Amino acid sequence: MGKKWMKAAVVAVSCMMAMALAGCGGGSASDGEALKVGVIGPFTGPAAIYGEAVKNGAQLAADEINANDPAFKIEIMAQDDEHDAEKSVNAYNKLRDEGMQVLVGTTTTAPCTAVAAEAYKDRVFTLTPSASGPAVTEGNDNVFQLCFSDPNQGVAVAEYMAANFPDAKVGVIYNNADNYSSGIYAKFKSTWEGKGKKILATEAFADDANADFTAQLNSMKNAGVDMVFLPIYYTPASNIMTQADKMDYKPTYFGVDGMDGILALEGFDTSLAEGVLLLTPFTAYSEDEDTQKFVKAYEEAFGDTPIQFAADAYDCVYAVYDSYQKTGCSVEDDSATICEAMIKVFTGDFTFSGLTGQNMKWNEAGEVDKTPKVCVIQDGKYIEK
Amino acid sequence: MSIINSLISGLSLGSVYAIIALGYTMVYGISRMLNFAHGDVIMIGSYVSFCLTMYVGMPGWLALVGAMAACTVLGVTIERIAYRPLRGTGSLGVLITAIGVSYFLQNAALLIWGANPRVFTTLFKGLDPIRLANARLVITAESFFTIIVCVVIMVALTLFVHRTKAGKAMRAVSEDNGAAQLMGINVNQSISLTFAIGSGLAAVAGVLMCSAYPVLMPTTGAMPGIKAFTAAVVGGIGSIPGAMVGGLILGIIEILSRAYISTELSDAIVFACLIIVLLVKPTGLFGKNTREKV
Repeated sequence: MGKKWMKAAVVAVSCMMAMALAGCGGGSASDGEALKVGVIGPFTGPAAIYGEAVKNGAQLAADEINANDPAFKIEIMAQDDEHDAEKSVNAYNKLRDEGMQVLVGTTTTAPCTAVAAEAYKDRVFTLTPSASGPAVTEGNDNVFQLCFSDPNQGVAVAEYMAANFPDAKVGVIYNNADNYSSGIYAKFKSTWEGKGKKILATEAFADDANADFTAQLNSMKNAGVDMVFLPIYYTPASNIMTQADKMDYKPTYFGVDGMDGILALEGFDTSLAEGVLLLTPFTAYSEDEDTQKFVKAYEEAFGDTPIQFAADAYDCVYAVYDSYQKTGCSVEDDSATICEAMIKVFTGDFTFSGLTGQNMKWNEAGEVDKTPKVCVIQDGKYIEK
Repeated sequence: MSIINSLISGLSLGSVYAIIALGYTMVYGISRMLNFAHGDVIMIGSYVSFCLTMYVGMPGWLALVGAMAACTVLGVTIERIAYRPLRGTGSLGVLITAIGVSYFLQNAALLIWGANPRVFTTLFKGLDPIRLANARLVITAESFFTIIVCVVIMVALTLFVHRTKAGKAMRAVSEDNGAAQLMGINVNQSISLTFAIGSGLAAVAGVLMCSAYPVLMPTTGAMPGIKAFTAAVVGGIGSIPGAMVGGLILGIIEILSRAYISTELSDAIVFACLIIVLLVKPTGLFGKNTREKV
């Protein structure tokens, strides 16, 4: 009896060892064929909706590429940063240890600024889907944005308002503890005032999404503001809309890309968001054929309607794929070699057409050039204006 | 008219701070410890109430009762597991434990309810705001009831502490722990009762706060917790009327400075007030000037 057990144990152990060895060998062989693309974003924390969208969008693009191109594979490696700069750098270091060659990320501006500095030092090509702050690309020749930079968002909104609502009485509520928000506000202000127009009331708040906004809203109301520009994220925006409604104050709200996500907020009375205008390069309800295909695939895979961030990330992975083909690099090259080659392509005559814009081009500063789109929320959907 | 509007918002916000500050001040009064997890008990209470209304379909008031029950149990449990074993080991140890409990609660909430913010359904759904003076003065149902509830709690708590046996025992323990024990008072029970009341009130504060400012996240309790602690210190920590007055003052200063000075500086002004009060009157407005016997 004892001997039989012994034999069985020996067989079992040797089987396991064999399997482990086979796993190792197989793994390293397939590793060699795939380009390792890192994705960093907040999958938890107050900005989780963006990070999740970016991760899913990138994964979807990678799956499509892997299915359609027999000669090339992309491996997505995702890490959570909770919208925190320190955790983001840790996530970046972890991905570096795991052999990341190109970074699609990070998702939000403040963490991205920290990570971009590291990526610049380490020479890792970085294309962020959504970190729109100017500090992200400043001085970093290896960092490119697929989204509009904050200053450009501010300019685009001011120009759109001036053209379409020339008589609007405009006020602004922004987050002065957040460089994303104050960056957009500063550029909006200079552009708007450059047109000889006035901002009737400007109010700020500091990060705390759950604050009392009645003072800010009273100031808007007393100044006769009928269009409130909110260059902020959707969480405080939902709070502002709820409180304004209770005060019988019903202005038109104008948001930027951070407003995207407000309709997906659990418990929020979305009827309050009816008529909200927002600057966004993507809407899931567009007639465009590629967009429809993407939305369908995304809904099938993740059971959710994609927001702009998902489309940004999807485009990012395709842009990396397209530009990488032009470099002539092999996936065995180290990240620094790939980085220099990709920079050359991006600053050359490379153009990319995707869901979030046609014929996108990049300048040497890393900013993208594309046409902005404005949507309005109607019956709980974004409708392109 | 706008100053009256601001005063009402200030009173309402101050009432929330006052109810939270009561929890800080009672616990400090009886056990000389700062329960920094108090702010997170508020958050847990709000989440419980949110779940009971959204997923179980309870009416708002019943969900509030449920949240109070949950928070009472939570508060007593925290005291029993995390604070009681450390009693008598010096205040620093308990302080660090309290911070630990605070982080524990925040991360537990992150695990249970996830990171996405929820929008809290107000307890006063369907109640129209009171409009006075041609609708130039608007008092929301949330503000109105928050102020009323705060006054009721204040009166009830004062009566409880001064007119009941349990209240008397609590005062005795806070006066002199050892002597109270010698007189046959169950000190542990009194402290548990204090935690129970404080945490039950935290649930009320959480539900009222989230009714007025509806965003609910695992960090929702942090900032109000710190501000209510400030209020308790301004009022004189350990004093029940002090917590009340401190909370109201803080709320009014915050809203008025936002409305008339600067929205960018309001938090700085609030905390500057704390420093000024402490410089002028180190024991707070209602604090007793106890001399150390040497």
